[in-house]
Amino acid sequence: MPTRTFLVNGERVTVDAPDDVRVLWILRDVLGITGPKYGCGINVCKACTSHINGRAFNPCAVPVGDLGPDDEVTTIEGLPGTVGAVGDGLHPMQEAWLERDVAQCGYCQPGQIMAAVALVRKVREEGRTITEADLDGIRNICRCGTYPRIREAIRAGEAKM
Amino acid sequence: MTSTNETRTAAPQGVSRRQALAYLVAAPTLAIAIDLARPDAARAATAPAVVPSLPGPAELLDLTEAQTLAAAPTSMLITLTLGTDGIVRFALPRSENGQGITTSTAMLIAEELDLPVERVSVTLADARPELLFNQLTGGSNTTHSTYLPVRTVAAAARTRLLTTASARTGVAERDLRTDGGAVVLPDGTRIDYGDLAEAARVDRTTAIGTRLKDVSEMRVIGRPRGRVDARAAVTGTKKYTMDLDVPGALPTMVCRPPTLNGTVRAVRNAATVLAMPGVTHLAEIPTGVPVRAGTFGQCVDAVRALEVDWADGPVAGMSDADVLAELRGAQLPLAVPRVPLLTTTIDTDFTFWFSSNSALEPNCAIADVRPGSAEIWAGLQAPIVAQGWIAGELGLPVSAVTVHVTQGGGSFGRKLFHDAASEAAQASRAMGVPVKLMWHRADDFRQGRVHPASTHRIRTTLLGGEVLTWEQRHTSIGTDFSHGFGEMLVSVASKLPVGDLSVAETIYLLTQSTHYSFGVQTNLLSEVDRRFNTGAMRNIYSPNVATARELTVDRIGKRLRLDPLQVRRKFARDERSRAVLDAVAEAGEWGRDLPAGVAQGITFHAEYQSVAACLVEIDCRPGTVRREVRDGRTGPRVTRVTTAVDVGLTVNPKGLEAQMIGGVMDGIAIVLTSSMHLRDGHFLEASWDNYAYTRQWNVPPEMRVIVMENTSEQPGGAGELAVASAAAATATAYARATGRMPTEFPVNHHEPLHFEVKPTVPPVPASPVDGLRWTY
Repeated sequence: MPTRTFLVNGERVTVDAPDDVRVLWILRDVLGITGPKYGCGINVCKACTSHINGRAFNPCAVPVGDLGPDDEVTTIEGLPGTVGAVGDGLHPMQEAWLERDVAQCGYCQPGQIMAAVALVRKVREEGRTITEADLDGIRNICRCGTYPRIREAIRAGEAKM
Repeated sequence: MTSTNETRTAAPQGVSRRQALAYLVAAPTLAIAIDLARPDAARAATAPAVVPSLPGPAELLDLTEAQTLAAAPTSMLITLTLGTDGIVRFALPRSENGQGITTSTAMLIAEELDLPVERVSVTLADARPELLFNQLTGGSNTTHSTYLPVRTVAAAARTRLLTTASARTGVAERDLRTDGGAVVLPDGTRIDYGDLAEAARVDRTTAIGTRLKDVSEMRVIGRPRGRVDARAAVTGTKKYTMDLDVPGALPTMVCRPPTLNGTVRAVRNAATVLAMPGVTHLAEIPTGVPVRAGTFGQCVDAVRALEVDWADGPVAGMSDADVLAELRGAQLPLAVPRVPLLTTTIDTDFTFWFSSNSALEPNCAIADVRPGSAEIWAGLQAPIVAQGWIAGELGLPVSAVTVHVTQGGGSFGRKLFHDAASEAAQASRAMGVPVKLMWHRADDFRQGRVHPASTHRIRTTLLGGEVLTWEQRHTSIGTDFSHGFGEMLVSVASKLPVGDLSVAETIYLLTQSTHYSFGVQTNLLSEVDRRFNTGAMRNIYSPNVATARELTVDRIGKRLRLDPLQVRRKFARDERSRAVLDAVAEAGEWGRDLPAGVAQGITFHAEYQSVAACLVEIDCRPGTVRREVRDGRTGPRVTRVTTAVDVGLTVNPKGLEAQMIGGVMDGIAIVLTSSMHLRDGHFLEASWDNYAYTRQWNVPPEMRVIVMENTSEQPGGAGELAVASAAAATATAYARATGRMPTEFPVNHHEPLHFEVKPTVPPVPASPVDGLRWTY
C-alpha cells in the first residue's frame, strides 16, 4: 500500500493507505483524530471543516493522495496551537464560542469554528470586516439551530483575532 | 444583529419549605439514594368574560405530568456519590443530545449541596431495566420529573456532611454552615467535603430527613450558566459514539434498498466486494447488507460496488398524492353541535408534508456481540427498550446485554428509536466481530424516520362577538410509538375520562391543551397507514396543530374586527398566556409600520406546563424571495423574532434561551423550507442540501428571547416548547405579508425541486475528490 506523509497539527505523519481514501477517514479511522465529524461525506454539511495550509477545506472531499509532504492539515485539535496557545489555552474564536455558550449537542461546532476562523482570515485578506452577507453565506449545518449565537460569536471572535 | 437574553427579576414568592426523605446507602464513601413523593397533578384554569370551555384532558393531566407520574415509583433508585476527591458523581438516567440536562442537573446538585458546579460530574447511566419508565428521555420532561428527586439526594448529602462534621469537631450542627464545597466552622475553618466522604459513609441503608432550599435561598438555580461540556465541544474532545475507541470495532455501513423498507433477495458479487481494499466482512441482516472495512471511506466504496437483488418495500410505487388521498379518506367528520341561527362558520383545512428528524450525527452504534453476551454503545432516549429488544433479537437474557448511553449529536426524537443499535448487534453477531456501524447521510434521509404527513381541519362557529364552538380534526400517517413512550403513558392516562384510546390518540390528547375559550370544543386524532418509518419529531403533533390553530384564530379575529394580538388576549384561557403575548408585543414592537410585503405574526403555545409566545416579522418581497444561493432554498425570510417563555421556574436561563433559539429555527423550517418528497416508493431527499433545514441564509438577523419571571415552584418543559409557537407565528406572518392564508406546509413543497435527485442504486453517493477546489 502506498505511504503518504504530511503534517497534521504540527506533527509529521506517515500513513499506509490507498491514495483514494478521503482525508476525513485518514484523520478519524487511521490517526484517531476525531474532532472533524462526519455529517454527509459529500462536502455539503461541513461538519468536518478543517484547514489545509491555513485555509478552510473539507477532508471528506479530498483524497489523501492529493496531500504532499509540505501540506499542513489543522483540525480543531490543533487550532489553539496556531495562535501559540499552550496548556489549556484556546484560540480567540473558541473563547468567543464559550462566552456565548454556542454549542448545544456540539457535533457541528468544531467545523463551525474552523469555518469561522477561515472566514475572518479571508475577509481580512480582502481588507474588510465580516458582513451580514458573509454570515448568510456560511454553509455549515447546525441541526440544533444555534445559528444566531454562531453569528454573534463570529463577530466577537473576529474582534479578538 | 442583536440577540439578547433578559431574565426579568423574580418577584418574592411565598414558597413553603419542603421536607424530604432520602436514604444513606452502604458504599465506600458517602452515597445517597432517593425516595420521591408524588407531585400534585391537578391544576385549574379559568378565563372569564368569554364562553367558557370545559377543561380538556390535557388540562386535567398533561403529558408532562403523566410522564412524571409514570416515573415516580422507580425514582428512588437514583444514587449520588461523593468521592474523597471532593467530586460528586451522579449517573443521570436520561439521554443528553444537546438539550442541556447534564448542565441543569449539575446545577440542581450544586445548589442543594453548596458546591461549585465544576465539582459535579453528571454522566449518563447505562440501561437499567429496574428503572422501568424512569429512563426514557422525551416530552421535554427531564427537568420536570427529576427536579425534586435530584435536589433531594443533594440536600440529604449536605445534611449528612453536616452531621459528620459535627461529630468530628464537636461543634453543634446548627453552628456549622456549608459553602463552596466545604463545611465551615464558626471560626472560619473549612473542612472540604472530600475529607468527610469516607467518614460520612454508612454500613447499612438508613433513612435521612432533609430540607430543600426555598426559592429565595437559591444561588445557582435561576442564574445563567454555560454548558458543562462546552469546552469539550469547542475543542473537539467531546466524545460521541463514533469517536469511541472500542477494540476491534471497525467501520461498518449498510447497503440499503432502493425503495423504502425493501428487502434483500440475493447478493450477487459478495466475493468481489470482500476482495476490495480494506473490506473484512460482509453479511445480510433484515434491513440490508452490512460491510465492515478499515475505514468508512472503504465502506462507502464497498456499498457502492455491491450488486444486490432487492424485493420492493411495502410502499413501492407510492407518491405524495397517494399519501394525501389516504389521509383524506381517513378524516373524521366535523360535527358542529346545535348552534343558534345566524351563526357564522369558518372552515380551514391544512396539509403538512413529511419532514425529517435527522440529527447531524447520523444513526450510529457500536456493538460487540459474543456467544452469550453483548455490549452496545449508542445515543438512546429509550435504552431499556433497546436493551430488551436487542436481547430478544439475539436470543440472550436481558441481563447479558449491556447498553451504554453515549452523548448524542442531536436527536429531536430520532434517538427514541434504536434502529442503528439493533443493526449493529445483528451485524456483529453475523460477522462474529465488533462493529462501529454508521448510516450514510443519504440512508438517514431515505430510510430513516420521518415526521408523518398529516391534514388538520378546523370548524368554528361565531355569534355576536363570541366563539360558540371549535372543532379540530388531525389526520396523520401513523406515528411509531413502539419505543415505550406509549406504554409508559397509557397506564396513567387510563384514569382520564378519555375512553379506550390508542397510544397515539392518548399522546395526542395529553399534548393538545385547550388554548382559547372557544365554547364547546373537540380535538381528535385519526391515523392511517403504518408502513412508513415514522417517529415523533421535536414537539410531536404541536407544530402542525398550532400552525392550523393560530392561522384560524387570525381568521376569527378578522371576522370580529380584532387584530391578531387583540383576539388572542380576549380569548386566551389564562393570564400566563396573556403575559407572554404582552411581553413579545412590547419588545417586538407589535403593529409597527412595515413596507408592503413585510408583516408580523403573533402566536402562543402552551405545553409541558410552560407557555411561549412568538412574534415574527417576515419579508416576502420579490427581491428577498428570489435570492440565489447555490444548491439552497431561499424564499421568504424571517427577519426578526421575539419570543417570550414562561417555564414556571427557570433552572438555567442561558440553556432555556438556547432551547428557544433552536426551536425557533425548527419552526421556521417546518413552515417555509423543509419537507420530504415521496415519489415512486422512496424519498427524494438524500443530503443536507436536498432537505432544506434552516441554514444561515434563512436565519433571522434579529433574534430576542425573553425569559419571564417565575410563576411556579416547579419547572415545566422547555426542550421542544418553542417549535409550535415559532412555526405558527411564521405562518401567520406569511399569511399577512402575502395576503393569502397558506394551506400547505412547507409553503414551497410543490415548487420545483431545488436539487437534482440522487440515484437510489447505488444507494449512497461517492465522496467528491475536488475538495481542494473549494478552499477559502
